[in-house]
Amino acid sequence: MQVENTEFRPKIVAFCCNWCSYAGADLAGSSRLAYPADVKIIRVPCSCRVNPMFILRAFQRGADGVILCGCHPGDCHYTTGNYYARRRMTLLFSMLDYLGVENGRTRVEWVSAAEGVKFSTTMNEFVAKIHELGENVRLEDLRCKG
Amino acid sequence: MQGLIERAKELLADGTVAQVLGWRKGDMGYDPEPAYFKSEEELKDFVYDAFCGANLSKYMIEAAKLEGKTLVFLKPCDTYSFNQLIKEHRVDRDKTYIIGVGCQGTLKPEKIREAGIKGIETVTIDGDTLKFDTIYGAKEMPFADALLERCKVCKGKKHMVYDELIGAAEDEEAGPVGNRFEEVEKLEAMSPEERFAFWQEQLSKCIRCNACRNVCPACSCRKCVFDSNQYDTSQKANAATFEEQMFHIIRAFHVAGRCTDCGECSRVCPQGIPLHLLNRKFIKDIDSFYGEYQAGADTDSRGPLTNFTFEDVEPSIVQTRGGGH
Repeated sequence: MQVENTEFRPKIVAFCCNWCSYAGADLAGSSRLAYPADVKIIRVPCSCRVNPMFILRAFQRGADGVILCGCHPGDCHYTTGNYYARRRMTLLFSMLDYLGVENGRTRVEWVSAAEGVKFSTTMNEFVAKIHELGENVRLEDLRCKG
Repeated sequence: MQGLIERAKELLADGTVAQVLGWRKGDMGYDPEPAYFKSEEELKDFVYDAFCGANLSKYMIEAAKLEGKTLVFLKPCDTYSFNQLIKEHRVDRDKTYIIGVGCQGTLKPEKIREAGIKGIETVTIDGDTLKFDTIYGAKEMPFADALLERCKVCKGKKHMVYDELIGAAEDEEAGPVGNRFEEVEKLEAMSPEERFAFWQEQLSKCIRCNACRNVCPACSCRKCVFDSNQYDTSQKANAATFEEQMFHIIRAFHVAGRCTDCGECSRVCPQGIPLHLLNRKFIKDIDSFYGEYQAGADTDSRGPLTNFTFEDVEPSIVQTRGGGH
């Protein structure tokens, strides 16, 4: 007998900086700290590499939440990248909020390579939040297709 | 207007400029269009009145490639766009002769039609009233009722860059009128559901004619992400649903920090989408997060998105502040 699984499994895209949070995710793994398998990690060379279009594209392709992890301000491998990313993301998230898309679906978190615990707790929290919000329909629906 | 034509003729005659960029009479009294004038003869069709809403600064990108200097007429708010283009190295200031023209606000012909005035043959602007000769007889309406949305909250009458001024005073200090963020604030006060419904309705009207992109002085990339990859043309049909849904968000983000709030996008939109509300939201956020900034007020400061401070707010402010603010 086949059992249909109707439980909501969110799709979460995490952009992780190669120099910090990507290694942080590794540390979380090797320390056997659990975080949900719903989180799909995309490695980027710097949080600043993330074009606002990547985030919109992720939502449009069906992501329910997008989280960007970078080095703590002041610790960027390229000195200043995360400062630019911080401004960009603040403005983009504010715009999405203005368009009526739930503001809990986007998040920026600074996670260093030594913070495996923070990585795991952040992801657990974020996935719980997306579970609360449910499926993302708004951004996909912003422009009527009819 | 006669003064402008005389001065243009002089500058053409003494060889200071090779061509004049201005507005040419349209078929009707209310539809002048941007045009080049190369001789005295052609200048007889020159016109400048409240219907000349078009911002000529973007045309100067192409004009920089022409032989000789170009004389361009800029209204006060057009000069912000021109300054921004200087900052981005898109126009050649040395090949430009700018005459700053006075502005009393520009008009939206659609509003005249909405007021029920049709079959217009001639229009005259008489102080605070617009007088029409129509096929149904003489009609009139108050000037203020036909103003474009952008002109109801004027940035001020001061020219940011010019070689000479005609019809405007050197020390013009008429400050901004009204609160330009009023409508943005109204939207922010709504619930997320209401905001979503508002934008869904507005953006669904878009027919992707690309007029907003083509007119925008900040949208001056040689190659645009919304151009067709297969053909070297601008893409009028949506290649993917991504474009369909995200065109306006991406465009607004791309001009964030560079948009001078000239309001051309909303002026040219054939569907009447209030696109300036997207840009103004970014301007409002930039002002409140990173300090007051007016793009185009100067030619050398760093834009808010190409700059940072160590103490910038964290993106989580969007959640903690809540309520769409």
